[in-house]
Amino acid sequence: MLTIAGRTFKSRLLVGTGKFSSARVMKEALEASGSEMVTVALRRVDLDDPGDDIMSVLDRERYLFLPNTSGARDSAEAVRLARMARASGGGDWLKLEVTPDPRTLLPDPVETLRATEILVGEGFKVLPYINADPILALKLQDAGAAAVMPLGSPIGTNQGLLTRFQVEIIIEQARVPVIVDAGLGAPSHVAEAMEIGADAVLVNTALAVAADPVMMAKAFAMAVVAGRTAFEAGLAGSRSRPEASSPEMGLDFLN
Amino acid sequence: MPDIEFNKQTDFTAPDFRETAGLVYGSDVVQVENVLQKDRLSIRDLGVLLSPAAAQRLPAMAARAAELTALRFGRAIQLYTPLYLSSFCTNNCRYCGFAVGNQIERRVLSLDEAEREALLLAERGFSHLLLVAGEAPARMGVDYLEVLTGRLRGRFASISIEIQPLSEEDYRRLFRAGITSVAVYQETYDRDTYQKVHQAGPKADMTYRLATPARAAGAGMREVGLGALLGLADWRLEGIALGMHLAWLRTHYWQTALTVSFPRLRPAAGNFEPMVRVGEDDLAQLLFALRIFDHDVGLLLSTREEARFRNGMLGLAPTRYSAGSCTAPGGYSNPDQQGEQFAIDDQRTIEEVSRDIRARGFDPVRKDWDAVFQEVV
Repeated sequence: MLTIAGRTFKSRLLVGTGKFSSARVMKEALEASGSEMVTVALRRVDLDDPGDDIMSVLDRERYLFLPNTSGARDSAEAVRLARMARASGGGDWLKLEVTPDPRTLLPDPVETLRATEILVGEGFKVLPYINADPILALKLQDAGAAAVMPLGSPIGTNQGLLTRFQVEIIIEQARVPVIVDAGLGAPSHVAEAMEIGADAVLVNTALAVAADPVMMAKAFAMAVVAGRTAFEAGLAGSRSRPEASSPEMGLDFLN
Repeated sequence: MPDIEFNKQTDFTAPDFRETAGLVYGSDVVQVENVLQKDRLSIRDLGVLLSPAAAQRLPAMAARAAELTALRFGRAIQLYTPLYLSSFCTNNCRYCGFAVGNQIERRVLSLDEAEREALLLAERGFSHLLLVAGEAPARMGVDYLEVLTGRLRGRFASISIEIQPLSEEDYRRLFRAGITSVAVYQETYDRDTYQKVHQAGPKADMTYRLATPARAAGAGMREVGLGALLGLADWRLEGIALGMHLAWLRTHYWQTALTVSFPRLRPAAGNFEPMVRVGEDDLAQLLFALRIFDHDVGLLLSTREEARFRNGMLGLAPTRYSAGSCTAPGGYSNPDQQGEQFAIDDQRTIEEVSRDIRARGFDPVRKDWDAVFQEVV
């Protein structure tokens, strides 16, 4: 079971709600994914409007609502959005995104750490979206982040786990759950992240723009389970070359 | 081949159309195929996609543009609507209905009238508002916009302006008041054509206008919109210039999101005849080329274009549509209002536009920003 900030989840798949063709398709894909944690961009919804197209189809009993600060370019904006969300009934959980470059949407490490410190102090359960920087992950953990969310590759690229080497270090060092977020474009990418020991993954674009988002959500759910099961079963190591062809060193100097 | 690696260290200058013509008119289909395989395009590559040769591969360009648009923007189309505040103008642009020489009924909305019009739009379900006015600072300037924005900002997710070029200091004032984005179209990047159609008024200063997007970005604006009026000079070369302007702004103002609009000349008072023909196929090629060149730029398609074309383009490259627009000040409260800037070709209501967007498998998004981003000063 996945445990974040004292709450347990059966599913290790988090789903984003942007980019879907309609709120109805989004809802069906969420259901098919088996996810229990759903992130929503605060810029996209009106929490004070009961008729809001996204919020009105999200079952808050079924899913942990994880609002995100997509679009914030510094810590002050992210903090303001978080406070507004909580005041409007958005709860204590927050996916922190500080992305000053609207082109790549890569996260700002300095401002993310600053916002985490402030929001943890105010009682938020903060899950920061970060580049796959192991030292930053440690600092966020020390600052009280509930989990860390390193990217696999930039948002919306579907490039997969390009940051694997760094993510492996983060996983090795982390006390809090590591959730690989962004860039996971295929079930195989997700399986890879889970196989190396990620606690969970978050996907959005890959589901939203698939020809059949609902079927794709099922495929991702199975990949998460497959990857996690393989990790727990203990993957045999692999080598890129067969043993027999490995070069051998002369050891004639030994006594 | 002319030197096209413009100097990123200096101010942006418009390219010489006689030089960039070589980038566009020398290309062949093999080059087009090669460029379509690339992830990162140079200005030279953009020229290839804008070439007459590339027109033969328009379906392949559409497919590539659609793929990139889906990855970056998903199945969402953002809706916005313009609110015309004033039709007074001191410029005499030959193609524009508001030109000072045209005998039209002119009007500037009082602050109360403007607020009423805006609230009407809010009731109709718009939360992205674009304030538009001709260039007549004595009748409608920064003070007016500052007060109006203060009255409206709590009711809209974002408020943008499309008015005369301002100083960086004035943009900063408006940003603090709650304006988040600025659209200022160059009209044409070709110096000769620019001088021909802008012979009087402050707009005759092409260099000042060209530096306007940089001033707006420098003042902190979240988003800056570029555009070239299609029908004045060679649209392929306008496309190259737009690409260069985008690339230059990205290197200097990396925190500013960028958009491009594609206003094709429409019938307007003054009966200006377009100087060059720009067909729907040309417009589509220009949109595809810019999307493939810049994966993240917002591309706008306004009600200047027919519903059929706008529906057909859904998902291929554009990301933002206007809807239910009226281009005469006061036209929302009073549909019989005369004195429009240009005739619109897509008369559908926001509900009708939304329905067509949904029918094609896309989500008409009415809110994709929030006033909370900005601190109230």
